[in-house]
Amino acid sequence: MSFPWAKHYEPTTPLGKYMDSRLPIPRLVYDSLGAGYPTPRNLNYFYNFGVLAGVALVVQILTGVILGMHYAANTGIAFDSVEHIMRDVNYGWMLRYMHATGASFFFAVVYIHIGRGLYYGSYKPPREVLWLLGLVIFLLMMATAFMGYVLVWGQMSFWGATVITNLFSAIPLVGDAIHTWLLGGFSPDNATLNRFFSLHYLLPFITFGVIILHIWALHIPGSNNPTGIDVKGPQDTVPFHPYYTSKDFFGLGVYLTLFSVVVFFLPNMLGEVDNYIPANPLSTPAHIVPEWYFWPFYAILRAFTVDFLFIPAKLWGVLAMFSAILLLFFLPWLDTSPVRSNNYRPMARTLFWVFMVDIIILGICGGKPAGEPWLRISQIASAYYFAHFLILLPLASRLEKPLPLPNSITEAVLGKSAKRSPTASPAPGFGAAQPAE
Amino acid sequence: MVRLIAFGVGIVFCVALLFGAIQPRDALVADPIAKYHLAPREISFHSDGITGTYDRGQLQRGFQVYKEVCSACHSLKRVAYRNLADLGFNAAQIKALAKDAEVPSIDDKTGEVSTRKALPSDKIPGPYANDQAARAANNNALPPDFSLLAKAREEGPRYIVSLVTGYKDAPKDWTVPDGLYYNPYFRSLNIAMPPPLAADDQVTYADGTKATKEQMAEDVAAFMTWAAEPKLEDRKRTGLGAVIFLIILTGLGYLSYQRVWADIKHPKAGTVPAE
Repeated sequence: MSFPWAKHYEPTTPLGKYMDSRLPIPRLVYDSLGAGYPTPRNLNYFYNFGVLAGVALVVQILTGVILGMHYAANTGIAFDSVEHIMRDVNYGWMLRYMHATGASFFFAVVYIHIGRGLYYGSYKPPREVLWLLGLVIFLLMMATAFMGYVLVWGQMSFWGATVITNLFSAIPLVGDAIHTWLLGGFSPDNATLNRFFSLHYLLPFITFGVIILHIWALHIPGSNNPTGIDVKGPQDTVPFHPYYTSKDFFGLGVYLTLFSVVVFFLPNMLGEVDNYIPANPLSTPAHIVPEWYFWPFYAILRAFTVDFLFIPAKLWGVLAMFSAILLLFFLPWLDTSPVRSNNYRPMARTLFWVFMVDIIILGICGGKPAGEPWLRISQIASAYYFAHFLILLPLASRLEKPLPLPNSITEAVLGKSAKRSPTASPAPGFGAAQPAE
Repeated sequence: MVRLIAFGVGIVFCVALLFGAIQPRDALVADPIAKYHLAPREISFHSDGITGTYDRGQLQRGFQVYKEVCSACHSLKRVAYRNLADLGFNAAQIKALAKDAEVPSIDDKTGEVSTRKALPSDKIPGPYANDQAARAANNNALPPDFSLLAKAREEGPRYIVSLVTGYKDAPKDWTVPDGLYYNPYFRSLNIAMPPPLAADDQVTYADGTKATKEQMAEDVAAFMTWAAEPKLEDRKRTGLGAVIFLIILTGLGYLSYQRVWADIKHPKAGTVPAE
């Protein structure tokens, strides 16, 4: 589907006509990425991150497939095979550093992408399914990243796998059986490593499939935009190509530059030094921490220190950690304000920025050893995490009085620039749309 | 309905968390190690920075320190003799180095376990047959392999220099168990390794560099950095090219983005911008 004023693909060459009546791939590209896809004209740079996430996945798949040619999923030689890649495979060091850093960048980009969706209300009707599919991608990413980290079979791989798989044993009655079944044993070992490798290779392709659904679901209503109001007519949109292809190309350049700086000059900045020590089941590292992108959830997991309502603390932690992600699936029905963009929702906007601070605090706590004062801070921050989504945001959507909305995207864009001198007008494409400071 | 359930769930989680938050905490016991533990010293290396390279002379000196001092206890199992070409050794020197070592082998004629002279393609053999033998010879402590050590410790090479030159007498309120040595840079302060660099001129450098303890420590740390990250020079060189290329490409991308959007962002007066 697209807006009625979308341009239509008209093959001009004989080959184009021939293909269009048989396998209309050029038509698909034209209608989804080309001039046949009208897009709101006021998307800001935060709307670049969807494309960047897609590129990040492709980088992971390309480097990962080649790494898989040299990696051996066997506890006896897994660590050695990684070092073989680093030392003896042509450009193996580059592939591995790109893959390891790429995971961090993928998460960074996806977190900004999710944050943008939260701020501009991109999860609200008619885009709920789009939001749900995005969360499925997020869950798949987390599983894939966790298993990929285990494959290195260093100390942090092994002990991270031990801690995370142990969570399942908190489930009453069947927990231990599930734990043993998932690991293929009583602790992470060769069976675990082998199945993690198999799944780590499989899940990115499933993710890719869900991304196709995600983009499909995006293209039915079209992109949301920083005003959150619907497209009213042709003056509100520009064709995706060349307007957003050129903007995405620029954004991609910035992304790849930053990515290269880390890959080539700070490749181990985001990793744990302990993972350069081969896995040793007899020696536990002083601090077991996951990768940075799991820190907020790790903090929530560890925030439960006392049994409460006859439920053991460990089970509370596991329930809370999974709930922290699963509650996002209900967000479209929790935040019922008809206004999408937080630019016009003073109360929700304040809550959003408090939540951003909260999640950063949780992230810091998750990276610290489990002790005071971090434990108490993470308990309060975790409580706010749940309060934000389950209590405060639903209340705000009922209580707050939104600011008046502009009549159209064009009015929002031009009305703002018209007040200033025409020569010094800011770029209307995103001038109206930067999130409030 | 969804909101009511969510409200209830939210309240339950918040109460459970805040109940935990108000629980009294055990009195903080000051960590006795934290009082004496020191962070690695600031030391600069030739391989630092975006254009950093290895100093071949220093790597060779570091290899000499490893060979004459450290290799008595520490292995270097991920480095092959052929890799020493990176240090500036030529093929004949590498063959000569390899020939000095014996590696496990099988006698072709009898099938008996035996040894043969190492080849340049062999990994450098360690001082012990296995970890148990290493522990047996070292008061049950396992001397770590050197190949990745510079990446397996925070601030790797700086830590290594600080550690091997950092042995001190223990403070009065700190008891060092028998067979261990006091070192404020070590995580538990009590390290099983005896001070490896006991005095200046423990090795005699062929290039005439004065072999002070500090010099030997820095040389061996540089060598270990190379052993852990042999492709560092390739990496930085490739990275410099990649980043310069990408900055130019991004700049051009920005210009074309501005050009494409010019009619939308700066519409001519009186016209509604085209769709």
